[in-house]
Amino acid sequence: MSRSSTFKEAFLLTIPVMMGYLVLGVAFGLLLQNGGYHWLWATLASLVVYAGSMQFVLVGLLTQQAPLLTVAVTTLLVNSRHLFYGLSFIERFKAMGKRGLYMIFSLTDETYALLCSVDEKASDTLILIIALLNQAYWVIGSTLGALVGSYITVSLEGIEFAMTALFTTILVEQLLEKKNRIPALIGFICAAGALFWLGPDKFLLPALGVTVLLLLLLRPNLEVKG
Amino acid sequence: MNLVHSLLIIGVTALSTLITRSTPFLLFGRGEKRVGGTILYIGKILPPAIMATLLVYALKEISFGELSGWLFDLGAIAVTALIHLKWRNALISIAVGTILYMVLVQGLFW
Repeated sequence: MSRSSTFKEAFLLTIPVMMGYLVLGVAFGLLLQNGGYHWLWATLASLVVYAGSMQFVLVGLLTQQAPLLTVAVTTLLVNSRHLFYGLSFIERFKAMGKRGLYMIFSLTDETYALLCSVDEKASDTLILIIALLNQAYWVIGSTLGALVGSYITVSLEGIEFAMTALFTTILVEQLLEKKNRIPALIGFICAAGALFWLGPDKFLLPALGVTVLLLLLLRPNLEVKG
Repeated sequence: MNLVHSLLIIGVTALSTLITRSTPFLLFGRGEKRVGGTILYIGKILPPAIMATLLVYALKEISFGELSGWLFDLGAIAVTALIHLKWRNALISIAVGTILYMVLVQGLFW
């Protein structure tokens, strides 16, 4: 496949993320700018941190000038779900050399979701462009938000649902394959149970931990032979 | 605000984020050896479980106290899923679901 058709394929795949990241990025940039920071700070944070929900927490940490230990512990907790994403791409990213390092750095929820949805045989270039485009949307959104966010008058409330919808379509695709149904059910039950029990701020890491444990225990029943 | 401390906060956030994302590679991806059977199994079986978890994560703020606290979210997800089952075109499913959700939460119907 030629470069331009690979780019086009990557672009089409990332359109839902574009909608979500541009709007959430604008919200982040606007928030940081309202906290008294020049727009360059929004661009910088989105370039070097690049973690959606964590950057909203970051605004609070910056405006309060939080101690660095607090910053480290908070970030590790908020982003702990990312501990699990790399497990599916260890050989894949390793084989990509230096480009694999960027893949590791840029493995957000949405990029992870898209990479789970593309064919296993998809080219390295395709998945790299997906990762790069997604970060570009986020950086552009953040910068625009900090620069001109306060001039936006049309209501985009609810557009962030594009991300939820993206997860929905990928899950539906996965559920069409029988072998994915029990793992998805286990993930759902653990997440919903933990959310009910521990509340929205603390449920994610325990839920993922128990999910992995159950998947390991059920390995004799779940493993697809061959 | 203090310039140096602000830069340090962003640096520490970036580094901590990178630690969470690179841990699996540091633990299991070093050296020439390929990953073992258990990690390979988990890596293959985890994506559908995580996708279901992410969907719950996206819904973590819903409440069942009043109708508008859950109906819009669950309704738009159901519509997205049904349209996707019918046409299997992610862009169409996501566009319809998102527009429906925006119309619902912005109260354009009422």
